[in-house]
Order: sequence, then C-alpha cells, then structure tokens
Amino acid sequence: MRPVLYVLSFLALIALGFWAYRENYATQASLREVRGLQSQIADLREALSVQRAEWAYLNRPQRLRELVDLNFDALGLMPMDPTQFGAAAQVAFPVPEIPAITGPIDTQGSIGAVTDTAAAQAEAAAAPATEEGL
Amino acid sequence: MRTPLRPLAHILRARAEGRNPDLIEAENRRLRHEAMHEKGQSRASARLGLMALVFTCAYATIGVRMGHLAATAPVEPVASASGAEIVAQRADITDRNGRILATNMTTSALYAHPRDMVDPKGTARKLQEIFPELDAAALERRFTDGRSFLWVRKVLSPEQMQKVHEIGDPGLLFGPREMRLYPNGDILAHVLGGYSFGAEGVHSAEVIGTAGIEKAMDARLRDPAEAGAPLQLSIDLSVQATVEEVLAAGITMMNAKGGAAILMDVRTGELLALASAPTFDPNNRPVPLVSKDAEPSDSPLFNRAVQGVYELGSTFKIFAVAQAMELGLVGPDTMVDANAPMVWGKHKIKEFEGKNYGPLLSVTDVIAKSSNVGTAHIALMVGPLRQQAFLKSLGFFDPTPVELIEAPGAKPLIPKKWPEIVTITTSYGHGMSASPLHLAAAYAAIANGGIYIKPTLIKQSGPATGRRVLSEKSAADARIMLRRVVTNGTASYGEVKGYEVAGKTGTADKPKKSGGYYKDKVINTFASMYPASNPKYVLIVTLDEPVNTMGPRPRRTAGWTAVPVAAEIIRRTSPLLGLRPQVEVPVQTTLTAASN
Repeated sequence: MRPVLYVLSFLALIALGFWAYRENYATQASLREVRGLQSQIADLREALSVQRAEWAYLNRPQRLRELVDLNFDALGLMPMDPTQFGAAAQVAFPVPEIPAITGPIDTQGSIGAVTDTAAAQAEAAAAPATEEGL
Repeated sequence: MRTPLRPLAHILRARAEGRNPDLIEAENRRLRHEAMHEKGQSRASARLGLMALVFTCAYATIGVRMGHLAATAPVEPVASASGAEIVAQRADITDRNGRILATNMTTSALYAHPRDMVDPKGTARKLQEIFPELDAAALERRFTDGRSFLWVRKVLSPEQMQKVHEIGDPGLLFGPREMRLYPNGDILAHVLGGYSFGAEGVHSAEVIGTAGIEKAMDARLRDPAEAGAPLQLSIDLSVQATVEEVLAAGITMMNAKGGAAILMDVRTGELLALASAPTFDPNNRPVPLVSKDAEPSDSPLFNRAVQGVYELGSTFKIFAVAQAMELGLVGPDTMVDANAPMVWGKHKIKEFEGKNYGPLLSVTDVIAKSSNVGTAHIALMVGPLRQQAFLKSLGFFDPTPVELIEAPGAKPLIPKKWPEIVTITTSYGHGMSASPLHLAAAYAAIANGGIYIKPTLIKQSGPATGRRVLSEKSAADARIMLRRVVTNGTASYGEVKGYEVAGKTGTADKPKKSGGYYKDKVINTFASMYPASNPKYVLIVTLDEPVNTMGPRPRRTAGWTAVPVAAEIIRRTSPLLGLRPQVEVPVQTTLTAASN
C-alpha cells in the first residue's frame, strides 16, 4: 500500500510542478499583453484628447461665423432672432376632412323611428363606418 | 516500560530484612515524579524553542519585505484595470455646456548636447532656417563655448520637429512637453489668462497659469485628486462669442478706445459672459507694457470688466433711491426738490447741459430723467452713514470675489472721509470708483428681489443664497423706475421688443492724471436687467471714451453709445439663452365719448 502512495504523491508533485511552471509563463504573457494594451490605451487617450482639441478648434465660434458668411448663398443663415420663438399653441390643427354627402338624407318619420335611427347611428359610430362611398 | 511502585521481589526482600517496605514505594514514587518532571520540562523548552523560531521567521520575513519595499523604486500595478486615469497634468477648462475652452496637447521641446554635435556651424544655420527668430551666429557661439547642455526651443510643432529630424545632427534632442491650448483664440482671453512653463526638466515641465482663472484656480487644475476632471465655468461660449462680437462692433461704431460687457444670472450669480475689449490671444500672450507713462488700460491684457475701476456715473442713482424707499423716506411718487443748480457750500451741483428739471420732480422721474439735484436731495435724506453701510452691503467697498487672479487687486476707490458733499456726489456716481463687475452684482441684487449674490465664474447647480439688502417691495419699485428709464427716459434706445429691458445710463468724465476731469473723454455705462417683470439677467455695458458721430454733433452720453450696444447684445444673446420674448400688452389708446 505504502509504495503506491509514494508513487502517487510523486506523480502529483510532478503534475503540480508542471502546472505551476505553465501558470507562471501564462501570467507573464498576460502581464506583457496588459502592459501593451495599457500603452495602447494611453496612446488612444492622447489621440482622443488631440481630436477633442481639434474638434474644439474647428468649431470655434469665429471659424463657424466665417464659414456661415462664406456659404451664405447656400445656407442663408442669420443670427438667431427673438421673433423665431414659437409656441406649440401657435401650430394649427390639421383641418378634418369631411366626406362629401352623396346619398339622400331622410328627414321624415315618427319619433320612435328617429330614436331607433339614433341608436343605430350610435352603434354604427362605435364600429367605424366603411360605407362612405355608398 | 512502567516500573511498579511496589515490586514484589523488593518488598519481600525488605520484609525479610525487617525494613519498612513503604520506603521502597516512596522512593519509586519520587523517581517516577522526577522522570515525569524532566520529561515535561524538556517538552516545554522544545515548544518554547519552536515558538521562538516561528516568531523569528515571521519577523525576519516582514523585515526583509519592508527592506525590499523601501529599497526598490515604486512600480505601478501592471494588472490593474485602467479606469479614469489622469491623461494630462493639468485639467481642462470647459464652458457651462462642456465645450472646451482650454486643453492640453503633447508636443516636444528641443534641446542640444553641443559636445555630441558633428557640425555645430551647419546645425546653427539650418536651425535658423527653421526658426527665423533664432540668431545663427549666437547659436553657433553657444554650441561651441564648451557647455554640455542647451535649451533651443520650448515648444515645437510637428512640422518643425520633422525638419529638425531632417537636420540629422546627433547633438539635437527632443524632450516631451505638455502645452496648453486655447482652441477658441481670443474669445474669453481675459478670463482664461494664459500659461507658462514652471520648473523644466528634460522629460517634463510644469505647466502653470500666469493670469486669469488659470492662475486663480491653479491648485484646483493641478490637483491629482481631481483626476483631471474638467473645470466647468459658468460662461456660455456661444453667448460669450456673440457678446464679444457685438461689443467689438459697438466699439468701432462708437469710436471708443475699449469696452467691457458683463452678463450675469441674477439668481445664481453665474457670469454667462465677461468680455473686455481690446482683447488678445492667450495662446500667444503679449508682454505687458513697461513704459512708465503708459496707462494699464492701454494694454490689451487689461480686463476692463474686473480691473477697470471707473466712476460709474448716474448708474449709482438707483441705489440712493432704492435705499430711501427701503427706509420709507420716499415713495415712487413723492415729489422731491430738483431745482438746479443746487448750491452746497462752495459746490454747485448742476444737471446735464445746465438743464433744470425742477422745481419739483417725482422720484420716478428723478431716475427717468437722471436728475443729479433730485438724487442729491434724496441722498441727503438718507445720510452719509446709512449710505455707506448700504453701498458696503452691495459690495462696493471690497474687491469682487470672482475667481480671477486680477480681482483682489482691483479695489474700489473709496473717499477717505465721507462728508455730506461726498454723500451728494456718490449718489450720482462721482467721487467713488468701482468696476463694472461691482455694478453687475449690485444691480443683480435689485433684479432678484433684494438679495446680494456673489458673482462667480464657476458653474453652479442652483440658485445661490445671499444676504438680503433690500425688501422685495423696494426692489420691485426700483425695477419699475428702471423700466421707466427705457420707456420714457434716457435709455430709449435700450428697448428690445419682448424683453422689457430696464436699466440706467451713466456718463462720467474721465479723471486726468494731474487732477481734474477731461472735457471730451467719458466713460459710458449702461446697467440693465431684463425682463423687468421677472428679471433673469443683468447686463452691464461700459464703453471707454466713446463718441457717437452719427448725428450733426458728437454725442458722448450713454444713451447714444452704450445703450444701443447693450440693446443689440440683448437682442442677439437672449435667443441663445432660450429666453422667450414676452408678449407685451400695448397701451390702449382710450377714446373719449364726445358729442356735439
């Protein structure tokens, strides 16, 4: 029994050693990669800050004003004016389209018939009518 | 093997010999105890030894680790996740909407190791071709006088760097540099100030602020704890650019030497625009004037809005009137003595162009017509002590608390003694000088219902708190009077449809250096607030030595110079600020029923 145990623990030792060796090199490789990525991030950040500065430089009010003046024919932009404010209430509602009355309208009948028609109309209103053309 | 306490053989022998067998037992017990004792002692000492060894090892480990940490250079953790890192050594400055006002760029500095140089003469000549401001002969002399190190240029553009590379001399070397960039050029130059390099090394250089907010907030901008978070100003870049554009146009039209404009939010104290003209480019800050007889205001570096301490003229009248109303001495319709000229001791107080608005004038008309005599009488009712206390509460006795390095240096000029004649002259803005920014803060107190709020350049999250200097009622009455100045008084050009501009004009003669006043040099100021019914902004426009030559004779009153400029600023900036014009109710022309 004992020799088996010895052999097994020896094998385990070798396996663990192999694992530790591999882990060590994998870690070192990862660290190298991280270092590379971080310098890449730093470079990109620097590029980003340069681009932000360039964006701000290209969008400086003076340049925009000159460009607007240069392209006045195409754009026709003028400085903002107090009269350009609008309110939602100033926008008109679309005019509802009333269908043309083509069929005859019955104006005669008993009161009972009228109430019946009213009830029928209410029903018809509940279910949208599709016989407009009739 | 355990030995018995009473071994039978020994007992029997002892009995046979007539000895006491108990002695044998006692002896054996003693021996046994001795053995046990010895065993225990050795075990204890072994344990102690082990403990000592463990402690020694532990302390040794800690000691070695400490020594190692102390002896090695610090290394950044490589495997840590990179979060919000500091990209630049100095934080950006942005406007209230996050548009960049100042940022950093990496560039290079050029230095030389003359001892490594192959061809000092040719290098000096080629360097001069790239940088025309360098002197080839002087450079060659310095390359050959035996020194081992020499700075050539502090900042290079990428093109220049490439050209230097093309010279190819091993004695020319580059050091990385961070430089400050103001992408908007001369916009907001007086607030931003400028930068320069502090302590310089080959691998880096300190970037320090030299003026304006860059210097005033230097510690905040360089604080590593802020992790490069940008400093957000209260300035709105679009509004600032518009204000500067209109102000510059106004200065040209009014033939002025310079001018200043301040736009302030009356609830938060935020300065949305702070302009001073003429201006400069902070990327290439001009050198200050050194000539002895040059006035500081001749330099474009001079910030008229903050440093320009002027007599602000009639704009002060509203303070005397507001205080008199606050104290219950007068009401808007009280009639006061306005009979000009007023004689006080050996002084004669006159109105503009020798007019006489008297003998009696209502308080509202004193403001609308800008009567010196009327204001003088109201100020005398208030009295010198109360007048001083009120002006002090409006911040006129101290430098403005705004975040600019120039601000603490611009102390208002206060008369040392305060006799009644000073009370009179101060009531209409003479004899006491303050900056336009002081005036903006004081007008904001009237505009927001009587609370003095400190002006600030840093973006605020909400309305500021301050001390009450006027009651709501007095402030509202004062606003109605100021509105009358625009509708019926001296500032009729200040009317902007829909914005109910209220304000007060001020014209002050410029003092001569030798004493006395110039006849034809004035400072024109228009202090305004709008919309008058519920003011949101205060706008101060000051023009230095303006003259309106559009009419038949030159005009030098604020109503003809500063007021139209202010009206144009209001008209142009209000849409940018999202301020909707109010529909003003037109005055009904009433018909009288009549019959023949």
